[in-house]
Amino acid sequence: MAITAVEAADSRPVLLGREKVERGIGIALLVGVTIWLIWNFIAGPVQFVNVALAGLRLGAIYALIALGYTLVYGIIELINFAHGDLFMLGSVFTSIVLVKWFGAGTGSLADWGLMLVTLVIVMAMCAGLNITSERVAYRRLRRAPKLAPLITAVGISFIFQWFGLLLNGSSQKSWPKVIPDGGLVLGPVTIDWSTIIVIVVTVPLLLILSYIVQRTRQGKAMRATAQDQDAARLMGINVDRTIAFTFALGGAMAGAAGLLYLETFGTTRYDAGFQLGLIAFTAAVLGGIGNLQGAVLGGVLIGLIQGFNDGLPYGFGQKWSQTVVFTILILLMVFKPEGILGKPTIEKV
Amino acid sequence: MTATESSPASTRPGEPMLSVDDIALYYGNIAAVKGLSMRVHKGEIVTLIGSNGAGKSTTLRAISGLIKPRAGSISFNGERLTGKQGHEIVKAGICQSPEGRRIFPRMTVSENLDLGAFLRNDKEGIAADRARVLELFPRLADRISQKAGTMSGGEQQMLAVARALMGSPQLLLLDEPSMGLAPVLVDLIFDTIETIRDQGTTVLVVEQNALAALRIADYAYVLESGSLKLEGPAAPMAEDDEIVRAYLGG
Repeated sequence: MAITAVEAADSRPVLLGREKVERGIGIALLVGVTIWLIWNFIAGPVQFVNVALAGLRLGAIYALIALGYTLVYGIIELINFAHGDLFMLGSVFTSIVLVKWFGAGTGSLADWGLMLVTLVIVMAMCAGLNITSERVAYRRLRRAPKLAPLITAVGISFIFQWFGLLLNGSSQKSWPKVIPDGGLVLGPVTIDWSTIIVIVVTVPLLLILSYIVQRTRQGKAMRATAQDQDAARLMGINVDRTIAFTFALGGAMAGAAGLLYLETFGTTRYDAGFQLGLIAFTAAVLGGIGNLQGAVLGGVLIGLIQGFNDGLPYGFGQKWSQTVVFTILILLMVFKPEGILGKPTIEKV
Repeated sequence: MTATESSPASTRPGEPMLSVDDIALYYGNIAAVKGLSMRVHKGEIVTLIGSNGAGKSTTLRAISGLIKPRAGSISFNGERLTGKQGHEIVKAGICQSPEGRRIFPRMTVSENLDLGAFLRNDKEGIAADRARVLELFPRLADRISQKAGTMSGGEQQMLAVARALMGSPQLLLLDEPSMGLAPVLVDLIFDTIETIRDQGTTVLVVEQNALAALRIADYAYVLESGSLKLEGPAAPMAEDDEIVRAYLGG
């Protein structure tokens, strides 16, 4: 049936007064931020590009962690509180495998190969740990009230932190990095080697993940299970295995984030997962929880926001970093509770 | 009591394909079905009828492995299904179009049909079945790349049945296929069920629309409050005024 112009006009949402005001405030905020960015760019274009690159690097790491939150939420509607700590274990595992076992960080060319091998090992270790936690702490609670697995997730978070404490000790440790300091000099701008490596590792991982979810049989099973578990069972999908596979994917991404974090900042802390996990979770919510592209977008946005706020001449400075991030989250939640790419929840009839 | 109750099994020769023996099904501590036994033979349309809340859907959920019987057993082609998981039962050859359709709303009609064939690897067989279900339900062919959740209730019902057929089941379980459909579509669905049987698939259909179900079924079981009240060949049951009045709301 052809839709006439009149029908199309009728179907346009009618804005109520209150919504008009809210939309006005939202647009005013966006305009304000844009002006602020342009103003900063004019004040110091080189500095602007440098902090944007640093923000992008951090954002890519957030994105990898955020994917783990959003994958698990998408399939079983669980906020996996232990996920940040899994990322922390990824960085600790990297320090053990890459530096202690392989002895990398001496500056030889072989280090790069060892780092790639370590990436695969750490991704596998974190995937395995995430599958184990699902098997032990969440699977039996799948039909329990939502609060029960949430609490066991907090428990797993403490167990992971204790594991990190055991492996890493209670103080922050510094490690030699494979990626050298300095970077690619392009006129006045320097792109850090670590930024390049983070992007070079993250982008293919995101492409592979997207391919798995969109194109493979396993991915199809994941999407079906996310929409309706019982219906998925009636299609012959092994729902338990599909959920375990989802945890494995999320865990692998957290492992990769752990390695990239260590190679960027060179330090490990047993409680690093709390703060980064919280910010990555915020990224997942910002982008629209359950939406994979949203998690990446949210991660990159928060990375950029922190980069700009911490490094721009007219920013609030690093001490306000968290405040700015969460203020933006609150503002977005007020105006668009489903997140940037999230779909409004429709009550099931 | 009635003639239909006397040794009904004698009218159905051969080994049953599906046999449900004395099962008890519970939701928490509430009994939904008690001591139900039933048989489905190859090539039959069997119907399980009864009022709302009689335990019909619960029985189908148990056959598909979505809930575990607390007592009794279910077997299919001599193989014990009790204790198997849902996906293993699909592999054994039983597909279900569940109550409330349960199509995947954010996927297209085409993707829904693909998921129906999730366990199959025979590309040609899948293509043939796809052509077959689109011939049975031409409306789905028109909507093939539309998101399933945006279709009308009747179209979603057709998709649910078509999706179950894509698994190429030996036994097709249909839960309330006429639910919420316009009368003209109800007739279409029941005609289609007969066609499906004629094409070689055995059918167990659960219905509240008892008379319509009895018209196409070979054999019927009547459930009331979780217990079997009556069983027998379907045609005489539909003509027995006393039965119709007592159990079928006629």
